[in-house]
Amino acid sequence: MPDRTMFDLKPTDLKPADTKTDEATKYLSHLELGEPDKTFLDSNELIINMGPQHPATHGVLRVILKLDGEKVLGTECVIGYLHRGVEKIAENRTYTMFNPYVDRMDYVAAVSNGLGYCEAVEKLLNIEAPPRAKYIRVILTELNRLASHQLWLGTHALDIGAMTPLFYTFRDREEILKIFEKYCGARLTTHAFRIGGCQYETYEGFERDVIKFLDFVPPKIDEYEELLTTNRIWLERTKNVGVISRADAIALGVTGPVLRASGVKWDLRKAQPYAAYSDFDFEIPVGTNGDTYDRYTVRMEEMRQSLRIIRQAVDKIPEGPIMAKVPKVIKPPVGEIYHSIEAPKGELGYFIVSDGSTQPYRVRVRPPSFVNLQALGIMVRGALVADVIAVIGTLDIVLGEVDR
Amino acid sequence: MLDYITSYLSSNTTPGQAGNVFWATVYILVVFGGISVAVMAMNWLERKALAHFQIRLGPMRVGPHGLLQPIADAIKLMTKEDIIPAEADKFVFWIAPLIILCASFAVYIVIPFGPTHAITDLNIGILFMLGVSSLSVLGIVMAGWASNSHYPLIGALRSSAQMVSYEVAMGMAVVSAVLMTSLHGLGPYGVGVGTSGTGTLSMIGIVQAQQEQHVWFLFKFFPLGFIAFGIFAIAMVAETNRAPFDLPEAESELTAGFHTEYSGLRWSLFMLGEYAAMIAVSSIAVTLWLGGWYRPFPNTLTGETWDLVFSLFPGLTFLGLAAIAFVGVRRMPKHPYFRVQTIGLAGFGAVLGLIGLILFVPPVRNRIQDIFWFVAKVAGFMYLYIWYRATFPRYRFDQLMKVGWKVLLPIGIGVLILTAILGVVL
Repeated sequence: MPDRTMFDLKPTDLKPADTKTDEATKYLSHLELGEPDKTFLDSNELIINMGPQHPATHGVLRVILKLDGEKVLGTECVIGYLHRGVEKIAENRTYTMFNPYVDRMDYVAAVSNGLGYCEAVEKLLNIEAPPRAKYIRVILTELNRLASHQLWLGTHALDIGAMTPLFYTFRDREEILKIFEKYCGARLTTHAFRIGGCQYETYEGFERDVIKFLDFVPPKIDEYEELLTTNRIWLERTKNVGVISRADAIALGVTGPVLRASGVKWDLRKAQPYAAYSDFDFEIPVGTNGDTYDRYTVRMEEMRQSLRIIRQAVDKIPEGPIMAKVPKVIKPPVGEIYHSIEAPKGELGYFIVSDGSTQPYRVRVRPPSFVNLQALGIMVRGALVADVIAVIGTLDIVLGEVDR
Repeated sequence: MLDYITSYLSSNTTPGQAGNVFWATVYILVVFGGISVAVMAMNWLERKALAHFQIRLGPMRVGPHGLLQPIADAIKLMTKEDIIPAEADKFVFWIAPLIILCASFAVYIVIPFGPTHAITDLNIGILFMLGVSSLSVLGIVMAGWASNSHYPLIGALRSSAQMVSYEVAMGMAVVSAVLMTSLHGLGPYGVGVGTSGTGTLSMIGIVQAQQEQHVWFLFKFFPLGFIAFGIFAIAMVAETNRAPFDLPEAESELTAGFHTEYSGLRWSLFMLGEYAAMIAVSSIAVTLWLGGWYRPFPNTLTGETWDLVFSLFPGLTFLGLAAIAFVGVRRMPKHPYFRVQTIGLAGFGAVLGLIGLILFVPPVRNRIQDIFWFVAKVAGFMYLYIWYRATFPRYRFDQLMKVGWKVLLPIGIGVLILTAILGVVL
């Protein structure tokens, strides 16, 4: 029999430190100890594998769920099904050659990944991209943030059972991808930036396209909200679901909209401005309850703020070169650097160690999805199976980034 | 023999009541064939309508505008490998889809498409219907259990809990409608006074009671009939496991719920059963609250002229459909690649038009009217089903239970009590 007292615990009552000795973890550890697998006939517990092939785990996440009926007693994430050894590959590539690889981590927000990497190497080289390049970077990154949030909204809503928003968000995301395609020829894994700036000047009519998009998308965001924000079922499915308290969120290192929804006003674009973000005026939306609904509203508001940033950037974009003076062969001095940016999913950090050669000695990525995924256990404990799906959706994970 | 066959034609009852086995068999074949065709049509319509809600085109390749898609799907499903998992309980696994299919088709025995257009008329018709249609939960539980797999098991348990709890609320709504057949109080705006009803459980009797009282039960005792209908309309969606109550087969949670392990023909039997059940419960709703086979406004728009106007509707509808098909023909690309499709669509339009013209012939017109209005009302419900599916997220299990037991059931009981009181007082 499972220990019934733990059902009375709210997810917020459990401190991260407790998780090791928690009853649920103890039950889960049976899996590892190789205890004979009980069937549901012999006990009240049901162990089911959610994933790696499952419609709602956003790729190849495998969650082992320990259930009592529909109640979740504990979860265990098994990751690594999409592990490609990106960090190891970096050690055998030059700094320039590794640049396209980072796009394959969070393929939904490839531009942000490229920005983080390029800026990290630039910091290591002690060079700075020219202002025009920085503005182009901001425009593309914010467009990508919007695209990432749209994809999140569509899939999250689909997980909760609302099919239609998915198609609306994909329709509008298409416009962003078209701009990317016109700019650099690729839609998803863009490889838009180079170390020291941008390789391509903006194409003829870039500003016009972006402004056209800026006018096109706000009514569409209202349209998504119309379908969901005040929908009774949506409210019931998201309010007080997957709650993570402010303290827990900080302790677990959760970042991005998930952290902000718990009431922490922390956005690297404001906290440690990079690229040209210090030039722009924008708000950081924060939630109060740290539940799925707050994360939803935070992200919706972030989309609008992104549009604000893009509009300012397009208005103020300076003329000038788009590439800094970068040596042909990139050989950073011996040293190490940690540089992080606010990717759509949270803090994306690159820790690069240089031994003075053309190849990095070590690249370590701090992926927001991986860290945010660690909060899953706390967020779903005592919830129902349907909430696990909602929480996986609201964490906005991309398995390419979790597994790397 | 010939006498036996023709003798029924002069009678005024359903073949079942007349005890005429020949005509009963004919009716059974017609109804079941018709339902199967309706399910296929519904399949196409749902995919098309859903696609248009979602800024897609839906099926476009197989036949003009994907008209042959259901047939292609049926062939594909029939030729697919039929997999029975090694660990499954084979007999139960085999029989589960059949139970669902039988349960949802047996309901049609008492559905009145017109005053005589029913296979039979039981004096406990509505009870029979509720009883038989709730048997399908047995099929779902058996399917989930026999699959010997976790997701189907959870799906089956969800389904049984859901169907059992919604049946109670549904029953309350039905009882209040049945009660109305014997109560002849004020309808809205004063109509419906004077005639006396006799309580009945027979489906045909319930519709005739609405005619005698000159009011659809939807409008009887004004908000009451409406609320009872609302409860039924919600409960019937839950009962048929459709969005937003599609928990047993919640795709994003349980992959496919109770039929995860099913494939090919067996899977298609589940689908057939599900759609047949949707049509069946919609028919109950139409029979109980929307005046069954009666045309709209039988009280206000009376007289020979109006009767004539309303009897033209079936033909006009088909002509309208034909017109849509011909507009489609005009809008087809002129490329030779589309020639076959264009001809096909034109042929389809011609067939629809011909049917429309036949429906204008007076004897046909008068006989087909009832069926037309019944089907039109049911079609409205079918559209609602698609609309729900495109709009709503899915309820969570505990919330679903809450809605069923804490909201619908108390309201249902309240409506029942108020109906009874009003019936006595007025």
